Amino acid sequence: MHARADAADTATESGTRWPDDIFATLQRFDVRQVPYVPDAGHATLIQRVLESPTMRGIPLTTEEEGVALLAGAWAGGQRGVLLMQSSGVGNCINMLSLIPILRFPFLTLVTMRGEWGEFNPWQVPMGSTTQGVFELSGVKVLRASNAADVPAVLEAAAAQAYNALTPTAVLLSQRLIGAKVFTK
Amino acid sequence: MSKANLLDRRQVVSTLLADRKDVVAIGGLGASTNDICAAGDHARNFYLWGGMGGAAMIGLGLALAQPRLPVLVITGDGEMLMGMGSLATIGLQKPSNLSIAVLDNEAYGETGGQTSHTSAAVDLVGVAGACGIKDSRAVTTMAEVEAFAKAVHDVATGPRFANIKIDSANVERILPTRDGTYIVNRMRGDLGFQPI
Repeated sequence: MHARADAADTATESGTRWPDDIFATLQRFDVRQVPYVPDAGHATLIQRVLESPTMRGIPLTTEEEGVALLAGAWAGGQRGVLLMQSSGVGNCINMLSLIPILRFPFLTLVTMRGEWGEFNPWQVPMGSTTQGVFELSGVKVLRASNAADVPAVLEAAAAQAYNALTPTAVLLSQRLIGAKVFTK
Repeated sequence: MSKANLLDRRQVVSTLLADRKDVVAIGGLGASTNDICAAGDHARNFYLWGGMGGAAMIGLGLALAQPRLPVLVITGDGEMLMGMGSLATIGLQKPSNLSIAVLDNEAYGETGGQTSHTSAAVDLVGVAGACGIKDSRAVTTMAEVEAFAKAVHDVATGPRFANIKIDSANVERILPTRDGTYIVNRMRGDLGFQPI
């Protein structure tokens, strides 16, 4: 089975867990559609979204679907956020071209693989190019490396994405979410 | 190489959008986006000039945001094949106000008419049905197009899917605006949303 090594600092300064901080920020910014491809690092947040009466969690078959979905949501008057892991960023590349063309608010939260204690070499190539892919595609990148960073980074990311239409990706580092390990 | 008795794409799309009332129409990359323009430019037309494979998902985002509005995606077989996973995503969400019409000429008409997978193997009606879109129709007559056009306005009984066999004739190019920001903001304005 897969499990995650305990991350050293899951609690923020206020004593809450970082996925709860993310959820609270998304709620405050009136985010309604939450497309995702599951990732262990997003499990708690996805559960919060699926239990929410105001947000709709939308499982995707591939991450690029989520970019197009957010364009449609905005045309229909709703904000969304795309949840994925770093390997999914490569799946999105052509669809990211919709963002500057249609100019809709784009925020994505990406759990990182292929860094900080990674055991699986297959995760490393895409994990290593995730930030570069975003930047070449016109998406600004912010990073949260520990739980204490999360509230301020999310606030800044949501503000610039929704208020200034600045396409933004938040990379949630593997150090934050805990390196994945195999256990028997 | 067009076969006998296949439908004319412009006639099909004109029929789908005749008496459209509050319908939001999304035209997939390729000739489909020209077809919805040829049927009449409209503030609720969403013309795609890129993002191949994304038309159905844009439709889903719109349908979930505006559950009382009929949302109609009109796209080609090649565009639908590229976004085939989105039929699974839509089958799971089951937006009752979303309809998808595929104009199936079994070819990539914009790139020289190369045959598509639907020409020999793939049955998109079966795919949509197997993905959980129970109302999935194979359409070969204008009477069936008219019935589908009527069903589009029923926002309580979707999602629905129609694969409409059309001939592969090239028709006059009628090009919609290529300004994506204009397209989106015009639609948002028509739906009552202010600029940021």
